[in-house]
Amino acid sequence: MKLQLNGAPIEADSATLSDLLVAQGYGEARVATAVNGAFVPATMRATHTLNDGDQVEVLAPMQGG
Amino acid sequence: MRDFYGTTLNNGLMLGTAQYPSPAILADAFKRSGASVATVSLRRESGQERAGQDFWALIKELGTHILPNTAGCHSVKEAVTTAHMAREVFDTKWIKLEVIGEEDTLQPDVFGLVEAARILTEDGFQVFPYTTEDLVVAGKLLDAGCEVLMPWGAPIGSGQGLNNVFGLRAMRAHFPDVPLVIDAGLGLPSQAAQAMELGYDAVLLNTAVAKAGDPAEMAEGFAMAVRAGQLAATADPMEPRDMAEPSTPVIGKAFLE
Repeated sequence: MKLQLNGAPIEADSATLSDLLVAQGYGEARVATAVNGAFVPATMRATHTLNDGDQVEVLAPMQGG
Repeated sequence: MRDFYGTTLNNGLMLGTAQYPSPAILADAFKRSGASVATVSLRRESGQERAGQDFWALIKELGTHILPNTAGCHSVKEAVTTAHMAREVFDTKWIKLEVIGEEDTLQPDVFGLVEAARILTEDGFQVFPYTTEDLVVAGKLLDAGCEVLMPWGAPIGSGQGLNNVFGLRAMRAHFPDVPLVIDAGLGLPSQAAQAMELGYDAVLLNTAVAKAGDPAEMAEGFAMAVRAGQLAATADPMEPRDMAEPSTPVIGKAFLE
């Protein structure tokens, strides 16, 4: 299926959000996730199924003022 | 010193973590200043580069309180979602709430700010709202559940200092029990001292330190200014007067005409 990951188009066959994170190299990284503009807590990633066209955001700590 | 949602800070310096020449200089600025709070943000992470993971390791080493922001958010929905993501990543209820309303000045959208503050407070967040010195807005933020207010000194990154001293003094007088932080616009330590002399509890700054030629030196300067201003505020300063009054006693002066 086609997804948008952090704004970039990707092809993925991951059934769930947690599968996608592993496939895309995030592994155990400290990140927060959102799908289609809605926050998905870490505890919900394994049960959050992905659909064609979903927009996935993966955010991490960054410098800020 | 007033506490921030039950947390007493070691000092009134909150320091941003952006725009430093290098991570080592960032760490040195925090070490020399002893800043009690570090502000941080969230951005897209690449699964290959994982830059955020290195930054997280650096932040943990600082040993400060962590205040995540919602910088760059222009809508209530965006700010609320970002706050939820920040709470999970940084494992804190604290959120520096920014809802930007105007591009040239980065002035907060105070209507969206109040709405987002109410939503987040009801969700258990401890909100630090980036606001203006408007007393009506301040009152509505407190009504929404905020226990801290962070009025701007001047537009973010401008280095202009305290643009409206009258308004900021009025805010301090109007809310004597609320912890107040000057957030944004400071350029020099003297301006931080001025804020603290007005009775503010802390200052939050980033660009003035990070963009100085020697950020660590400037950070230490700000720390000393914050301390000086705080001492002045608690020492009950004299009232200014229009005319001179000799400080050296006149009694006993020799007649030498």
